[in-house]
Amino acid sequence: MLLATLKSLRSRKLRLILSGMAVVLGVMFVSGAFVLTSTLAASFDNLSASVYSGTDVAVSGKAPVAGGEPDENSATVPAELVGNVRAIPGVEKATGVVSVSGARVIGSNGKVVTTSGPSRLGTSWSGTADLRQLRAGRAPRAADEIAVNASLAAAAGVEVGDRVGVLTLQPKKTFALVGIFGYSGNRDTIGGAQEVSFIEPVAQELMLGKTGVYSAIVVKAAPGVAPEVLRDRLSATLGDTYDVKTGKQLQDAAAESFREALSFFNNVLLGFAGVALFVGTFLILNTFSILVAQRVEELALMRAIGASRWQMIGSVLVEALAIGVVASVLGLGAGIGVGALLAYVFRHVGNADLPVESIEIPASAVISAFAVGTLVTLVAALLPALRAARIPPVAALREVAAPDRPLTRLTVAGALITAIGVTALGIGLTGQGGEATLLLLLGGVLVTFTGIALLTPMIARPIVSVLGLLFSWSVPGRLGRLNSARNPQRTAITAAALMVGLALITGVHVVLESATASFTKMVDTRVKADLIIAGEPGGDSMPTFDPAVLDRARQIGGVREIVGEYGDIAMINGRPSRVNVVTDLAAMTRMLPLRTIEGTLATLPADHVVVDAERATELGLRAGSTLQVRLARGDVRTMTVAGIYADDDVYRVGGWILPAEAVHDFRVAQPSFGYLRLAEGANAAEIRKQIDALLADSPEVTVGDRSAFIAQQSSQFDTILAMIQLLLALAILIAVLGIVNTLALSVLERTRELGLLRAIGLRRAQAMRMITVEAVVISVFGALLGLAVGSGLGAAVVRALKEEGFTEVALPWEQMGTYLILAVIVGAFAATLPAIRAARVNVLNAIAHE
Amino acid sequence: MPTTTTGPPGAEVRQDATVAARAVDVWKVYGSGEAQVAALRGVSVDLGRGQFTAIMGPSGSGKSTLMHCLAGLDTVTRGEVYIGDMLVTGLGDAKLTRLRRDQVGFIFQQFNLLPTLTAQENILLPLSIAGRKPDRDWFAQVIETVGLGDRLSHRPSQLSGGQQQRVACARALVARPDVIFADEPTGNLDSRSGAEVLGFLRRSVRDYCQTIVMVTHDPNAASYADRVVFLADGQVRAELYAPTADAVLNTMRRLDTDPVDTSQTVRA
Ligand SMILES: Nc1ncnc2c1ncn2[C@@H]1O[C@H](COP(=O)(O)OP(=O)(O)OP(=O)(O)O)[C@@H](O)[C@H]1O
Ligand SMILES: [Mg+2]
Repeated sequence: MLLATLKSLRSRKLRLILSGMAVVLGVMFVSGAFVLTSTLAASFDNLSASVYSGTDVAVSGKAPVAGGEPDENSATVPAELVGNVRAIPGVEKATGVVSVSGARVIGSNGKVVTTSGPSRLGTSWSGTADLRQLRAGRAPRAADEIAVNASLAAAAGVEVGDRVGVLTLQPKKTFALVGIFGYSGNRDTIGGAQEVSFIEPVAQELMLGKTGVYSAIVVKAAPGVAPEVLRDRLSATLGDTYDVKTGKQLQDAAAESFREALSFFNNVLLGFAGVALFVGTFLILNTFSILVAQRVEELALMRAIGASRWQMIGSVLVEALAIGVVASVLGLGAGIGVGALLAYVFRHVGNADLPVESIEIPASAVISAFAVGTLVTLVAALLPALRAARIPPVAALREVAAPDRPLTRLTVAGALITAIGVTALGIGLTGQGGEATLLLLLGGVLVTFTGIALLTPMIARPIVSVLGLLFSWSVPGRLGRLNSARNPQRTAITAAALMVGLALITGVHVVLESATASFTKMVDTRVKADLIIAGEPGGDSMPTFDPAVLDRARQIGGVREIVGEYGDIAMINGRPSRVNVVTDLAAMTRMLPLRTIEGTLATLPADHVVVDAERATELGLRAGSTLQVRLARGDVRTMTVAGIYADDDVYRVGGWILPAEAVHDFRVAQPSFGYLRLAEGANAAEIRKQIDALLADSPEVTVGDRSAFIAQQSSQFDTILAMIQLLLALAILIAVLGIVNTLALSVLERTRELGLLRAIGLRRAQAMRMITVEAVVISVFGALLGLAVGSGLGAAVVRALKEEGFTEVALPWEQMGTYLILAVIVGAFAATLPAIRAARVNVLNAIAHE
Repeated sequence: MPTTTTGPPGAEVRQDATVAARAVDVWKVYGSGEAQVAALRGVSVDLGRGQFTAIMGPSGSGKSTLMHCLAGLDTVTRGEVYIGDMLVTGLGDAKLTRLRRDQVGFIFQQFNLLPTLTAQENILLPLSIAGRKPDRDWFAQVIETVGLGDRLSHRPSQLSGGQQQRVACARALVARPDVIFADEPTGNLDSRSGAEVLGFLRRSVRDYCQTIVMVTHDPNAASYADRVVFLADGQVRAELYAPTADAVLNTMRRLDTDPVDTSQTVRA
């Protein structure tokens, strides 16, 4: 029995390879993800070990505001402490250092050098002793001199001798670039970080806000003193005002946060794997169904000569297992390749300069590859296996023109499963799922897809027939249309592969489109500002601009009023909360109309706050209530609620609004947004030009009207969309595989039919057209399903997020049209191979029976 | 060569307008080296226009091969094949396809129809493929002759084997090809359905002057033909004109017992 199975397996190599491809892809992404993360993590471990090699113990301040944003920036240690630390026995050397992120260099093109994640550090120059190595020029010696690391110099396009602008806690300052340095091991950067080195007092002033403080004290232990011992001694002596950690602890923490950053890549790759495997399941299921259908006579003969049902199931599953194992091996190999390739890309293109010494292949990669590959294949083959077992032995004796199986059972099951999926989705979306929300959402989507896939055979026949009408003007077209409608289950499952990918993409697209539409509507109806100063969202620090711009802009003729908005995190009643300062609350309420519910919004005296109704209710606040506020650079202060505004008015200045003088205790005392109202009849274009000139030294922000503002703020969706397009490419690749597979099998199955057609005069080109029409009809059917399901899913998500400001449901018609056209192209493309095969059918062999 | 073939008087003239298909010293060799099989060894035969010719012979004697070569479905190893006065040997696929479409009709033993199309659509398929309009009267006449009037909108799966075969006959006939080739058209049918189909073929030869070449094993079926050509070992061994079933049977027996020296033309 096993021998027979394996023999028949060998004789159908090509078909099985095609169906196995999807599993190979899925496994590839799974194992690639594991290989990439562990390779990079191992490299990073090496790197951070050398970075912290000179640090036995480090002493740093405790941040007044914990949680939320990285808190290192506001945590300092006073300079006097260095002396105290030195005096402690066991300390050989103690050095105060400044190393804080938030130093943004303006490149030679006038734009700020961006980062895709790694920090943009501003540091104090502490010599080239351990890690740093000067490559060109010399160390900075004067207040207006800096040195930068080599990768930053290259990215900014600057050389020793240039004048370079740097944005810090203060607006743009210009320095002479006197040195370019690298790091030990001939590295240009440490893990992609950018570093600007100032002389110590300048670094303190610009990065920490005042001189006489450090961000940390680096301690070297005397010989024979273990770092752990020294750490305990230091923290006992210094008290709990400071954090004392060993270099090893810091190294572990850095590795941990690096792993966290990597987990994004990991998740993306695993997401791809999920899509590939899910869609692959359909593919395999289809392939095995067709194979079983084609081998009815052979299988029935086996039954007739005494094979049991279990042996039939076994024979199909053994085939599946063989495919699964082979696909896993191939996928694992490809995954290792992909992981290595990505690690290489990460190193060289991403400018991270991570020394990838060896490709790590963790056991998890191997185990998951085989588990996923074989399991998916077996599960997908289960249904066809059961079907094989149901073939009656008499089928061998009479020629059964496989009767149309009634679709009722399938349809009922599909409806049921869809209902379950939609319910899970509903619970997840309305937020009643609690902990399990993400699981509910993911599971809901998968189950819904499965249910819809089961429902599709029922709608396949009518829809495909209607679609096919478009091609019915020619005989091959009509035949193709009939062929695509003749086996609705096969058509449906093939189309479902395309549906899943397109539905995911359409869904995300609908959400993004709706977000943009909602945002646009909100800005259009609520924001009364004529011009808005803002930067692109995203990045490691909020884009800011020079507060002096606000004053100067106010002087421009035609500007009626201008409001600057600052943002930071503060501790309010002991909880980290986002707080804003607006320079003129009264003017603000005119430009972003806020409805007063309690108290007043007209003025905001010192030590008073304004808050929205939702937060007020949550904390039980009324006008006149007091609360404890601790800003990033100040002590705890008691503030009084001056007014409460309606939360449905919230546009984006949500939450706490503090009086203007609070800005001095913000981490960054520079505004992020500016709103302007112009006088009647003022020349907006002219004013805009003047403000542009004022912003010359604040390259992170631009000024524009409302629509420019909308475009700028929605630009962050582009990254998401790029990811989605990648997903699209993958999903389409697999869908193409599916269509190729189904058609190839169908062509094989209809060899005699093709031979007959050719015998009575169908030309080769006509035979090819017939197959192409079938493929296009299937893929357009899949695309339509995907667009419909995706729109539905997207709209449901948007509805569920209504509270979050998603007021509009908008469909991306243009993209949806593009996807449909893409489906036509994909169908035609997928048809090429089977069509050529069909055209090559040897008329004689085809009609010469047996 | 031990065999000679003699046609009816006058058939020797090349390019004769009364010849619908012709094989001239046709050899067909399959495989190479040890496994070589010569399915046809120098077959020459002329098939008269408006004649119903049956090809008979033991299994493996090359009947199907000869028919495939004549119909342009297969290439010959040596020799020439004509349909009408057109040399088929050496034509490319496009020309062969057009030949099959316009000049040749086929009826097979089984699997003759497209399962997705109705009877009527199947019948009209060659015309649709060629982009020709069916001749209404002729179509009606053909339907009338095959007696399928009430079954035209049925699909093949809803028709009996005999009905299916009659649909196939109608399909072959409706395009009015120069020659219709039928490989054991009654092989799968019971004797009554077989007789129906044969009678219909007979009538289309007599009434519409259609040329038909039919491969068969059944002496009864052969007796419907105007002429029977006997093959054995890839060679024409005997011929019968206006055969009866008994005469066919006799000839077959004689060929069986004396396979070498029975080359003769018999007039019944
Ligand atoms: N494709 C092929 N390859 C090799 N040999 C072949 C091929 N087709 C036919 N033959 C051989 O050619 C010879 C003639 O075959 P053919 O099919 O013409 O016989 P037939 O007279 O039609 O027999 P039957 O009455 O059984 O249908 C046989 O010996 C057969 O084995
Ligand atoms: Mg034969």
